[in-house]
Order: sequence, then C-alpha cells, then structure tokens
Amino acid sequence: MSILVYAETWDGKFKKPSFEAMTYAFELAKTANDTVTAVVIGPASEDELKRAGEYGCSKVLHANDSKFVSFCPSAYTAVLADCATSENAKTIVFSQTYSGKSVAPRLAAKLKAGLVSGAISLPSSSEPFVVRKKCFSGKGFTDVQVSSDIKIIAVFPNAHHIAANSVSVTIQTINPAIADALFNTKVNEVKKTSGKIVLTEAEIVVSAGRGMKGPENWGMIEELADALGAATACSKPVADMGWRPHHEHVGQTGITISPNLYIAIGISGAIQHLAGISSSKVIVAINSDKEAPFFKIADYGIVGDAFQIVPKLTEAVKQLKSSH
Amino acid sequence: MKFLVCISHVPDTTTRITFTPDGKAFNTAGVQFIINPYDEMALTRALELKETLGGTVTIINVGPLATEPTLRKALAIGADEAIRINAEPTDALFVAEEIAVIAKNEKFDIVFGGRESIDYNGAQVMGMIAEFMEIPSVVIATKLDVVGTTATLEREIDGGKEIVSVNLPFVVSAQKDFAEPRIPNMRGIMSARIKSLKVVEPTNTLKPTSSVAFQTPPPKSECKMISPEHPEELIQLLHTEAKII
Ligand SMILES: Cc1cc2nc3c(=O)[nH]c(=O)nc-3n(C[C@H](O)[C@H](O)[C@H](O)COP(=O)(O)OP(=O)(O)OC[C@H]3O[C@@H](n4cnc5c(N)ncnc54)[C@H](O)[C@@H]3O)c2cc1C
Repeated sequence: MSILVYAETWDGKFKKPSFEAMTYAFELAKTANDTVTAVVIGPASEDELKRAGEYGCSKVLHANDSKFVSFCPSAYTAVLADCATSENAKTIVFSQTYSGKSVAPRLAAKLKAGLVSGAISLPSSSEPFVVRKKCFSGKGFTDVQVSSDIKIIAVFPNAHHIAANSVSVTIQTINPAIADALFNTKVNEVKKTSGKIVLTEAEIVVSAGRGMKGPENWGMIEELADALGAATACSKPVADMGWRPHHEHVGQTGITISPNLYIAIGISGAIQHLAGISSSKVIVAINSDKEAPFFKIADYGIVGDAFQIVPKLTEAVKQLKSSH
Repeated sequence: MKFLVCISHVPDTTTRITFTPDGKAFNTAGVQFIINPYDEMALTRALELKETLGGTVTIINVGPLATEPTLRKALAIGADEAIRINAEPTDALFVAEEIAVIAKNEKFDIVFGGRESIDYNGAQVMGMIAEFMEIPSVVIATKLDVVGTTATLEREIDGGKEIVSVNLPFVVSAQKDFAEPRIPNMRGIMSARIKSLKVVEPTNTLKPTSSVAFQTPPPKSECKMISPEHPEELIQLLHTEAKII
C-alpha cells in the first residue's frame, strides 16, 4: 500500500505545486507508516524524475509513451486509475492546479472516491478522515469528511510548504494499456504567457487597480514586481477595460490566489476582490483614501499617492537585495 | 442540437458569510441567492449557440424547492425548460451522477456548467459528469465554437492557454470571457412563468463527502500603517518582521 501523488511536469520539469503535493503526501505517509509513489505522465528526464526522491517519493511510475505528450484528461485519468490499482493506493494527492482540476474529479468519479479540492492543511484526523478547505471564495473554511475507501485530496497551490525529505527512489517506466477512444481531446496549440512567473504559483504578487488611472502607468508596477521576483495581477475593472490581460484578474470572478505576500496598489478592496486574495499570508495596501476597505484586511498599509510611493518601494527593494 | 446547462444556486457575491452558532451549517437567513456567475456565462453561450445552430437549451439543478426562483431566472434569461432533481446537493459526486444519468439517457450533445460554484468552490461536478458519461471534458474554458460535430475550445492552463478540439458529445465548464451574461427582458420574465420545470427524484445514493464544520477566517489583527514619507520602512518590515522578502 502506498500514497499516490500526481506529479505534474511542464516542459519536462516538475512544477512547483508538484513539490508541494509530494511534501504533503510524504507528511501524510509518515503518520500512516506508508510510502509515497509519484505518477509522472509525459516526457521527463531520468535526472528530473530522481528529484522526486528529494521530496519523499520512494517510487516514480513514469508513463512515457509518446501518446502522453499532450494533455488529455480522460487518458490521464485512466493511467492514474491503473496506478492506484497496481499500488493499492487508498489516498491520492493532487495539486489543485488547472491540470489537477481537469483530472482529479474524473478520477474521483472513476474510483467512486470522495475528493477534497483545494485542501489547505493535512487531515486533522484519519478516523474519520477530515480535511480543511476554503469555501465561499475565501470567506470561510469547511472541514470535509471523506467516507469512501479511496480518498483524493487536491492541495491548494502555495498553501502547503515544500520540504526536502530525501529518500532512495526507484524509477519504473510503465506502459498502461489505455483504450484509443480515451485519447479524445486534441491539443491544437499551447500558448504560453511569456517567461513570466505563473500567477497561481507566485509567492509574491503585485496587484494594481483603477487607482493607476491608465495602462500607460503599469511600468512602475512591473518594475516593482520584477525587483521582488513577483507576478503581476489586477482588479476586475482594470481587466474589463483592457488595461491588463484577463488572466491577471483576481477575485470572485477571476482567479483565487494564496501568495505569501500580496501588495494591492490603488485597489479599493471590494468584497468580490478580497474573495480572491484573502488567504494571502501577508497583505499590503497602498491607497490614497484612508477609508479604503482594503486597510481593514491588510497587515501593512500606506495612505498616499501610488505614483509617489511605488518607485520608492522599488528602489528600497533593489537596495535590500543588493545588500544581501 | 440539445444543450444541457447545470445551474447552481449560490449566495450573492456581496453576501457576508456567517455560519450557524454550532458551526455546522451556512446561515442562509436574509441571504439573497443568484445563479452561480460562471453557470450564467455557460447558459449565455448555450443560448448563443442555439441561436446559430438551432436546438433546445435545458437547465438542470440538484436542489430543494428553494432553488426554483433561481431556475425561473435562468428560464427568463432564455432557457427552454428546467429539470430539478429534488435533493440537497451536499456531495459533488452525488450531484454529478444524478446529472450524468439524465444527460446520458436524454442524449444531450453538450453539457455546460461553470468553472466552479462560488459557495463550495469545488470545481468537481463537471469533470465527474464527463467521467460518468465516458465523454471528453474541457474545464475552465474561455471560448467555445462548434462546427458540425466538432468543437474547438480555448481553455486556461497554468501559465497560458491551450486550444483543443473534441467531438460531440462533451462536457465544458465556463471561465470568465466564455460569454457576456444577458439581462432578462420583460417578455422573458413573463414567459419563464409558464415554461416547464420538471421535478424528478434522485436515483443514486453514493455520497462520499460531507462538510461537517464551518468557520469564518480569524479576525485580522490591526493594520500597521507606514508613513507615505518613508515607504522604504515597509520593505524593511517585510524583510525583518514578516520575513517574506
Ligand atoms: C458579481 C460581481 C463580481 C465581481 N468580481 C470581481 C472580481 O473578481 N475581482 C475584482 O477585483 N472585482 C470584482 N467585482 C468588482 C468590485 O465590486 C469592484 O468594483 C472592483 O474590485 C473595484 O476595482 P478597483 O479597486 O480597481 O477600482 P475602484 O473601486 O475604482 O478603486 C480604485 C482605488 O484606487 C484608489 N486610488 C485612486 N488614485 C490613487 C492613487 N493615486 N494612489 C493610490 N490609490 C489611488 C482609490 O482610493 C480607490 O480605493 C465584482 C463585482 C460584481 C458585482
């Protein structure tokens, strides 16, 4: 018996959330005296696969057939179901990434397993099996009890730490027999949003709103983000007006993120905006209006003109970084 | 073509969320309910496709009697008929299996839904429906076009977008940009009252998950204010006190 973890790759390398999921699975396995098996689907080098051992996986099952090069939820589900059976896995860990959201629910239906999506901590108890997640778009938490024999947990990105847990690892290439009919989704094109930091995975996010007055003023936002190694985000009206691309829009109708640091510049802090970012570990608000609702949930605040403040922050970050 | 749109009934986005004193349930007193915003985008795209390709748009919901006003609103926006499966939607697998049985029996061509519901944020039901029906699923889609029996979709992935194509039938979940919701007009509202809203009883029993407790986030400690004259102090605090940069 072992705990299975779906370890996603991107361009042949493990994604950051995969290390979070591996760490989560390892910590879970430790309490149950189990081992962790990672499932990797698609191309990855032997050296990369070995890295799973540094994060607590004692076995890697690698489905490396050329059929798996492009992502197909039905086929990937079938591979994972196969591995769950061969490993007799009772717990399967995902990261709640876009790919995780594509595959975990299908696998849950296939295995008749209960799925906790967006888990933010390890199970609080194993009998009954209870895991905490966010609900109401970050306005609450709920403890979900899972009663099925097989349990699936999709861990919210950036909610669980990454820890080195070096174990010896064996790598096994697998060739599961997947029916041709399950390769039912054809990927025609993958458009990557440049080399920037992926917003959902970012540890630091610099976000700006209508207070920036126009798209021509985003230079200073990007400079601060670059200095911090942060991703950029924005409020809904900013995306609606076309000042910024839609994929940067956070909030109730945008994406939900949980970075270590969220810096909100010229954003009022409407409840729908806060829904997407309220679980950030540290929140900074910069706003010229001292009554702006953002200050109610921020840890640090500056009341003032963003146009004056932001360049000074960038300067201070550069100084800090150069002195270390 | 036959389009099925899954509609979930959720608290309005401005709702202050509270739970019952025992922490076991969401406190619905005084709460306004709406069509889940992503489901509304899905419904709109289904209506647009019906206008160009012909066919019918059926909406489906697993929920108690209290969800009917929300279903009437979806009918007012333009759906042709509604099905309500009379059960509390407490578990995603249960909801998905109920919908999948009907979608399969009645041979729907496209099953639409939202990226996630804004109450439990599960993002589970649509993928599960697809697996139960053994058909493709494209979740978190921002575009959908149909030509003949093939659909081309754009969907979000971590760090970009993907253009995919699938054959009908399939399941799709809508993300922002999928369609711009419509405001129902008077004629729509009037006709919604007489459109068919069929109530059926559930046929499955498997419910592997349940929410056993709820909590609101702990109150935030006071916001530490930094002088606008010395913004560099913020960077120092983030470094030495919060230790995140
Ligand atoms: C159903 C629904 C869903 C929604 N979903 C979302 C969502 O997902 N995400 C989202 O963001 N919004 C969402 N909204 C919109 C939300 O209600 C707010 O309207 C929006 O968040 C406001 O964006 P903003 O803060 O950028 O703009 P504004 O509210 O206009 O705020 C601009 C802020 O900038 C400040 N400011 C102005 N000049 C300066 C300056 N020089 N320096 C510093 N500060 C300055 C102002 O004091 C003000 O606080 C939704 C609304 C609805 C009804």
